Amino acid sequence: MNEEYTISVFSENHVGVLHRITTIFTRRGINIESITVSESEIHGIHRFNIVVSSTEVLMEKVVKQIEKQIEVLRAFFYPLDKIIYQEIALYKLPVEAVQNGTSIEHIIRNNHARILTVEKDFLVVEKTGHKQETQALFDELKPYGVLEFVRSGRVALSKSPQRFKDYLDAPELGKRNTDEEVRELAENN
Amino acid sequence: MEIVAEKKPKNDERKAVRVSGAEALILSLEHEGVTTIFGYPGGAIMPVYDALFDHQENIHHILMRHEQGAVHAAQGFARASGRVGVVFATSGPGATNLITGIADAMIDSTPVVCITGNVFSPLLGTDAFQETDVVGISMPVTKWNHQVTSAEEIPDAIAKAFYIAKSGRPGPVLVDITKDAQVNEFDFSYKTCEGIRSYHPVPALDNDKLKEAADLINKAKRPFVLFGQGIILSHAENELKAFIEKTGIPAAWTLLGLSALPTNHPLNVGMLGMHGNYGPNFLSNESDVVIAVGMRFDDRVTGKVSEYLNNSKVIHMDIDPSEINKIIHADVPVLGDAKESLSALTALVNENSHEEWIQRFRDCDKKEHEKVIKNELFPTAGVLTMGEVIRIMSENAKSDAIIVTDVGQHQMVTSRYSKFVKSKSSITSGGLGTMGFCLPAAIGARFGAPERQVIGVIGDGGFQMTIQELGTIFQTDIELKILILNNHYLGMVRQWQQLFFDKRYSATEMVNPDFQTIARGYGIESKKIEKREDLESGIKEFLNFKGSYLLEVVVGKENNVFPMVPAGCSVAEIRLE
Repeated sequence: MNEEYTISVFSENHVGVLHRITTIFTRRGINIESITVSESEIHGIHRFNIVVSSTEVLMEKVVKQIEKQIEVLRAFFYPLDKIIYQEIALYKLPVEAVQNGTSIEHIIRNNHARILTVEKDFLVVEKTGHKQETQALFDELKPYGVLEFVRSGRVALSKSPQRFKDYLDAPELGKRNTDEEVRELAENN
Repeated sequence: MEIVAEKKPKNDERKAVRVSGAEALILSLEHEGVTTIFGYPGGAIMPVYDALFDHQENIHHILMRHEQGAVHAAQGFARASGRVGVVFATSGPGATNLITGIADAMIDSTPVVCITGNVFSPLLGTDAFQETDVVGISMPVTKWNHQVTSAEEIPDAIAKAFYIAKSGRPGPVLVDITKDAQVNEFDFSYKTCEGIRSYHPVPALDNDKLKEAADLINKAKRPFVLFGQGIILSHAENELKAFIEKTGIPAAWTLLGLSALPTNHPLNVGMLGMHGNYGPNFLSNESDVVIAVGMRFDDRVTGKVSEYLNNSKVIHMDIDPSEINKIIHADVPVLGDAKESLSALTALVNENSHEEWIQRFRDCDKKEHEKVIKNELFPTAGVLTMGEVIRIMSENAKSDAIIVTDVGQHQMVTSRYSKFVKSKSSITSGGLGTMGFCLPAAIGARFGAPERQVIGVIGDGGFQMTIQELGTIFQTDIELKILILNNHYLGMVRQWQQLFFDKRYSATEMVNPDFQTIARGYGIESKKIEKREDLESGIKEFLNFKGSYLLEVVVGKENNVFPMVPAGCSVAEIRLE
């Protein structure tokens, strides 16, 4: 049975690494649900968050293929209950939506969203949360005429007490060796 | 692993000199001990060829007739010599022509460094003449690739390229250099690459795993060693021999593991895989412990995976962690370099012998001999068989000859029936199964091991895929023996059509030209043999001739290669007829 997995990849910030990583999924016919990349806590090392629907067995193989790439320092995969994660969504609404009564204000309050800007013709609302939460707000705002909507890919942190830098500093923790270690990591994380 | 370089790299650091990027590239290659390059010039790499002109005393450039041939030649060079093969090609079509060879080198773990020229960097992405995204195109089939857009980056990129290509599990890398990077000048100095923080080529040995493996081996009743090219790549031939001799375990080889263990070694029980020997296939599932070393359980080896090694504990020894549990679950994974792992394991195992178990292989051999080998190698009437040609060729070739094969029936027959005493003696396209590999790879092998006899065995189909490389033989005046087994068919496809497609021979019959006339045009001696009584003398003449020689032997049109594990069947269902 397919389950949702989040893959964290730590790589050098070089041209082409993204392509190398995504072809690993393409070649195996795995669709990427969401992907985000940005610099990690260590300068020069970038962190990818990739969300896919797959099986644990396939994830083990895919993660090993990702780690095999020369510029990848480490890669991990986590089921949903092993991570803290968040997404961000922005909603552009016509300014008339707030001019008729207070319902928009209630919606924003109840959803813990916030207004980022109000321009002459439109306003932009921001909401962070899980996909179902940002989607729920979208559904509530829809009747007011959402002009534009955007949702980011997932950012996720593992529940592991280990810091990534520890892996980097300890050569014996280099790229993982066996599947037992993979499982141990997954269990500890 | 260490790749032995003929020329030691020069001192790492030296006084900076002001040179162009192209000159810096050639100097960098000299620092890496490069003496031979296979290539083809063109607009975007002209500054590099211009710089090469002043270094002809140190670097021998072989002008191939097609860029695909250049990569295959570099592969043949690498496989024969244990060194890194180097390729030059221009941008656009020059670069895209490399892809088949690079993909072949990737799947067969061959260390090759490809250098391509590209257009001036401001023209990248503008659809300029002969501009193509070679870095993007080659990414899925290279171990690493990189585009250089400034001259200063060249030494580091080359140092990294060589380090990556030859270390750990070897593979092809590509460095694309824009024309402005080739012409701009900078202060050159060179430092070989000694490590990359994100890359751990050789995993550390795990003593606990080795002990677990040794325990399994010491208790095993029917242990079986499967070895692949990893033995050759890590120079572990002696360690493999020591291991099997101490434990008395029978050993079988994958197509690329061929020649790592002498054919006549009493514990060498033959070839694995679809057209391998009967015993190693049939008895795989009766083994209780399998020790797989430097091999990757290709589907041609495993047959139907769900019915493979179900009663065996598997010890998988490999340098590449991604191979562990990729196809077959490893009960005991042993990561590391095969040479180190095998010698450590040999120290932990008991001396043993498995005579009864080995007798089972001998019984299978007898059956295979009766049903297949006898008729294939010693026919007395009827059409010539590929087997008898290869038997006579192997009997008369020098004992350390390098046999290069193409892909198809002749490849399987040659691998099955050639006798080898020395490692790095069989060069073939395994994983990718690239027709057209043989001729250029044999040329490369000739340069990689100039002291050894090189014989290319090719089918009539594969020969015509890279036939243009006869021009390279002509121009370089090398001595190469080319044996064409001509059955006027794309034989392996025809065999499948006969067995599985009701003899519907769709697009497999070949109407061939006169190969002697073609050879003559290239100044290559040639003869055609059609009768059994001419075969032995013809082969002797072919092998003893001073200079290149193309021998065409017309063999049975509808002969088949057996044994055979039909696709999708278990190895135990191997067919002898």
